[in-house]
Amino acid sequence: MIEVVGLGKRYGRTTAVRDLSFTVRPGRVTGFLGPNGAGKSTTMRMILGLDRPSSGHALIDGTPYRELRHPLRKVGALLDARWVHPNRSARDHLRWLARTNRLPPGRVDEVLDQVGLTAVARKRAGGFSLGMAQRLGIASALLGDPEVLLFDEPVNGLDPEGIAWIRGLMRGLARQGRTVFVSSHLLSEMSQTADELIVIGQGKLISQSTVSEFVAAATEHTVRVRSPQVERLQKALVHKGATVEQDGATLVVGGLSSAEIGELAAAHGVVLHELNPQRGSLEEAYMRLTAGAVEFGTS
Amino acid sequence: MNLLAVERIKLFSTRSPWFCMIGALGLTVGFASILAIKSEHVSVGATQGMYLLGLMVVMVMSTLAVTTEYRFGTIRTTFQAVPRRTGALLAKTTVVALVAGLVGEVAAFGSLGAAKLLQPGAALSLSTAADWRAVAGSGLVYALAGVMAVAVGVLVRQSAGAVAILLVVPLLVENLVGLIPDLGAKIQPWLPFQAAGAFLRGTHEGAPYSPWGALAYFAVLAAVLLGAALVVAKKRDA
Amino acid sequence: MIEAIGLTKRYGSTVAVDNLSFTVRSGRVTGFLGPNGAGKSTTMRMILGLDRPTAGSVLIDGKPYQELRHPLRTVGALLDAKWVHPNRSARNHLRWMAAASGLPAGRVDEVLDQVGLTSVANKRAGGFSLGMSQRLGIAGALLGDPKVLLFDEPVNGLDPEGILWIRRFMQDLAKQGRTVLVSSHLLSEMALTAEDLVVIGRGRLISQGSTADLIGGATQNTVLVRTPQAQHLGNALAHKGFQVESKPDGSLVVSGASSDQVGDVAASCGVVLHELSPQRGSLEEAFMQLTGDSVEYQSSEVAAR
Repeated sequence: MIEVVGLGKRYGRTTAVRDLSFTVRPGRVTGFLGPNGAGKSTTMRMILGLDRPSSGHALIDGTPYRELRHPLRKVGALLDARWVHPNRSARDHLRWLARTNRLPPGRVDEVLDQVGLTAVARKRAGGFSLGMAQRLGIASALLGDPEVLLFDEPVNGLDPEGIAWIRGLMRGLARQGRTVFVSSHLLSEMSQTADELIVIGQGKLISQSTVSEFVAAATEHTVRVRSPQVERLQKALVHKGATVEQDGATLVVGGLSSAEIGELAAAHGVVLHELNPQRGSLEEAYMRLTAGAVEFGTS
Repeated sequence: MNLLAVERIKLFSTRSPWFCMIGALGLTVGFASILAIKSEHVSVGATQGMYLLGLMVVMVMSTLAVTTEYRFGTIRTTFQAVPRRTGALLAKTTVVALVAGLVGEVAAFGSLGAAKLLQPGAALSLSTAADWRAVAGSGLVYALAGVMAVAVGVLVRQSAGAVAILLVVPLLVENLVGLIPDLGAKIQPWLPFQAAGAFLRGTHEGAPYSPWGALAYFAVLAAVLLGAALVVAKKRDA
Repeated sequence: MIEAIGLTKRYGSTVAVDNLSFTVRSGRVTGFLGPNGAGKSTTMRMILGLDRPTAGSVLIDGKPYQELRHPLRTVGALLDAKWVHPNRSARNHLRWMAAASGLPAGRVDEVLDQVGLTSVANKRAGGFSLGMSQRLGIAGALLGDPKVLLFDEPVNGLDPEGILWIRRFMQDLAKQGRTVLVSSHLLSEMALTAEDLVVIGRGRLISQGSTADLIGGATQNTVLVRTPQAQHLGNALAHKGFQVESKPDGSLVVSGASSDQVGDVAASCGVVLHELSPQRGSLEEAFMQLTGDSVEYQSSEVAAR
């Protein structure tokens, strides 16, 4: 579990993060969203004890990061895949890292295999593509078999196979009861990966909720209905007080759930060819909630 | 002990420290060899003539051990794995100082040995305490200079800046100070690398310290710099 | 229009692109997909005349790139947003590009405004975030108001607002009748952006066509049904020869039938429906199906121990 309590960070006169509080719970993937400059990376760095908060604190299972005895066994993190010495081999990079937390050297080869880098383990990391560097970063996060994992833009540079792989990896880690905290700009990806969302803008918390609550709260619910008896159905729906928009043979119905519409159709003996609840996208919901918290607006 | 092993892996798993060590040994031993071939009257002190150049190379190696970590972001990975930053940096300092000291000893005795081999007739036995100090003392100076270089690296964080400071101070600034009338000669003994030189070459009449006093002074300077570096690193955002 | 005809590129004994032929039509956004190492970047570089094909050719509106009179006015490209001198300002970077192709200097401020960089136009490009560099690269591509546009991973480093912006932007460019070719690894993004797709693997063409056809051809369409009489409907559908799968939450997934057919069956046996949603396969499923054996780094299956 990660607890962030009243966290703040100022650089001179600019405030990167202000009075931020949230909890990241185990057993699920929690997405961390926000526009550029919202303070996501700063927050992650403070959770990891790399930056010192100006106010408040962040706790990992009740302990500040800097007081963890073997931090890599508790928390694994991928913040920037390029934080590797370019002339050091992937294996040597993991070797010194394993040694810092007294992890058995055999663990290095295990994680290399897990991320699919065994074949290039002895090559210099400087020659790696971004996708390979990303896999190495994920290997170092997994090294200590930690209960808590932080990933900052993990799909960066990965190809479709790699993207699907890391999505499966993160979901698998959460299913094992671990705490998985992921920041990303790719909302369509996050809607497939995350169970819960923490959204920040201009250093402040905008919302914390499950993905479906988040989308439901910020977008409208409609149901797409097709039927060979459109007119009869439309009359019945309007009579029930639903808003109906006709688009050819398709009705877009608001104000009633798909179950209610189905019951109504059955009661009137109307055949249905489609009864499709339209959920808003995470992107629409996000755009509504963060409007005004964006760094570079475009015309 | 564990952190020392970490830093050892880091130092020896890239190529540049190896190049620096080979370079330092090549310069010092190579110079002593050429000297011995050219002159029959080579002395113990003369074989150590290139000690400062070897020292420069070792200091560059030492400071790069830190600044490359900042350059490539591995310092963050290090602090993430070892949040007790002081411990992590002290381990690095220790490993670097030990390696630097070893290079210093090998360079000094290697230079002497090469000269002996090439000019067996020359008076190159270590007969006095001063001779011993001039040769065996190199390792101590190299080790302490390594500590200074690590400290400068932590404070400056950029390779170019740190290397410039470490080269310009001993080679230029300390010599130029001597050109200031009256005052220059008084200040000069208190400059770090002049003190280190005084330890190895022996002190003149009227010097403010004995040779071992000079080394102690050099060590205090290194400790102060290191202390400052540790405090700064602890407070600073990584 | 971009036409690749038998395009081949060999580096020594490795074949990066192997007898590749495809056409990118104007008026629509075409996605260019493939696993790492499939040869996408090499192909884009050959389109732009940066790399010379070992065999075959690639034509832009009927001409090779080298023979275009005003290349920047014909083709705009964003290949790598970091190809900018870090100490030069955004405006000066675009000014030299404009001068190089004989474009009026006023065009520079127009494109800066178009990508939203006006307020930082005089700042050095080296201090830009990846998202800002990306926008500068796009400004460079737009400078000559070209009919053909190439983008390599354009959403890289952009935040959600920027991603939405560039998606709409590319669609607008296509609507104006331009040819837009975009390579990307983000399939969910491409499914929203591209109407047509060119998929390659190991340097060869795997598939070319509309996004909808490609997904439809490589995945199975199913219908999701929720009803209080699941067992009754399930039996009736199975009796009709459709394949029915019961999900743990009580819903049914029917394959081999359209939603119309399922609706008719439900009505004929008096079953009340609570949901009847046709499910389309995802582009990701289709892509994995198509490129299965041409992946460079395969990771082992399971998550951590």
